[in-house]
Amino acid sequence: MCVAYPGKVIEINGEFAKVDFGGTVKDNVLISLVNAKVGDYVLVHAGYAIQIVDEEEARKTIELWEEMTKELDEEQKRRDLYEAIGGKGE
Amino acid sequence: MSSENKQNQERLPQILKYYRNPTLAKAIVEKINDLAKKIQEDIAIMHVCGSHEWTITHYGIRSLLPDNVQIRAGPGCPVCITPATDIDDAVKLALDGVVVVTYGDMSRSKGTKMSLQDAKALGADVRVIYGVQDAVAMARKEPNKEFLFFAVGMDTTAPATAFEVLKGVPRNLSFLVSYRYTPSIQGSVMESNVLGIDAFISAGHSATITGMKPYYEYFLRTKKPVVFSGFEPIDVLLSIYMLLRQIYEGKPMLENEYTRAVTWEGNVKAQEVMERVFDLEDGYVRGVAIFPKAGFRLKDEFKEVDARERYGLRKGISTKDEYVAGARCGEVVMGLIDPPECPLYMKTCTPEDPKGSPMVSQEGTCWIWAHHKILNYVPRCKR
Repeated sequence: MCVAYPGKVIEINGEFAKVDFGGTVKDNVLISLVNAKVGDYVLVHAGYAIQIVDEEEARKTIELWEEMTKELDEEQKRRDLYEAIGGKGE
Repeated sequence: MSSENKQNQERLPQILKYYRNPTLAKAIVEKINDLAKKIQEDIAIMHVCGSHEWTITHYGIRSLLPDNVQIRAGPGCPVCITPATDIDDAVKLALDGVVVVTYGDMSRSKGTKMSLQDAKALGADVRVIYGVQDAVAMARKEPNKEFLFFAVGMDTTAPATAFEVLKGVPRNLSFLVSYRYTPSIQGSVMESNVLGIDAFISAGHSATITGMKPYYEYFLRTKKPVVFSGFEPIDVLLSIYMLLRQIYEGKPMLENEYTRAVTWEGNVKAQEVMERVFDLEDGYVRGVAIFPKAGFRLKDEFKEVDARERYGLRKGISTKDEYVAGARCGEVVMGLIDPPECPLYMKTCTPEDPKGSPMVSQEGTCWIWAHHKILNYVPRCKR
């Protein structure tokens, strides 16, 4: 049952935090096992935060792939054109 | 995404939307197809997490893959692998008047005779909770009752329990610990050649706690490609691509796709808490086998809160008949067969009336396939 959802820490009281999951706010999420501060996104599993989500890393992965899809789109256009002028795609 | 805008506005929810982007998925699938063509051989990939199975089935990822790449669901569902003897013990205690608290899925899984919900129907006090904190709060509120927390799950779930035990729990609460350690289970599968698995998608959330490090020894011995993966469809497709690339280049490694949550070291704080409270011992995977160093046991200093000590329970290891006659749950759990190959699947065993644990839990392969209405047998490329 290792399902975990990312939510935003909006308040910390000692061991517990208020976490906002896109509008649904859950109170008393145990936060003692991560060094989170207000504004961080944490992964929450069975009532406690297992890890802070690294936004920068999430962005980097996607950007890398966006570059690759750009290339792909170019390739696709080229193929479409080639077929349109009566060639047979590769 | 233009670079000026995203400095402040691109918060995580916006970024995560891209992890379900169809164009991106198409691009990755193309690359997977190219690689698979170049590799030519049949490749069997195994994941070891129910949440991965859900993503793969829900988004139809198997249907996007080339013929020579197959994905199998390994032992990654805590409810499925919890021994029947442990359930039987919890049921017996519930019927004897102990208040048993556990997670919803676990309460519906049958032991050799009945589930905790069946016991509840007979009048036992069984309560479903969200996390271990609820169990502690309940025990505090009702000091005149005895409470048992049936603690099941993987290394993702164990630290919270360890934290509560260290903090001190009320005297009327004890723990029936049936946690399992994912690296040992995956490691054993890596080292066994029975299943014929070429590469592994590792459980991302388990690895946020353990880190990638515990997998290294198994990797050194087996040299099988491993990628730690997130749970969005793009995450899984990327992981498959990374594994195929490792295979194609002949450079197996421990690679991390889930960089936004998994690190080499993992959550050290959580590990320290776990090590203070638990020892690793051999752990039984229901209906399959005993896996070395795969089970958690409360250390002797916490004997007072260990239900096995308090009530003189068994070790949770038994090799007697674990499932209903004819059911092939063990083979499903180990990815040897797909659910439709089991003679009971969707005939006598359904999500409404489950006969085996993989049909009970929302992480069980049978439940997920049934939920997505997959009734026919999907031929495998490699048996």
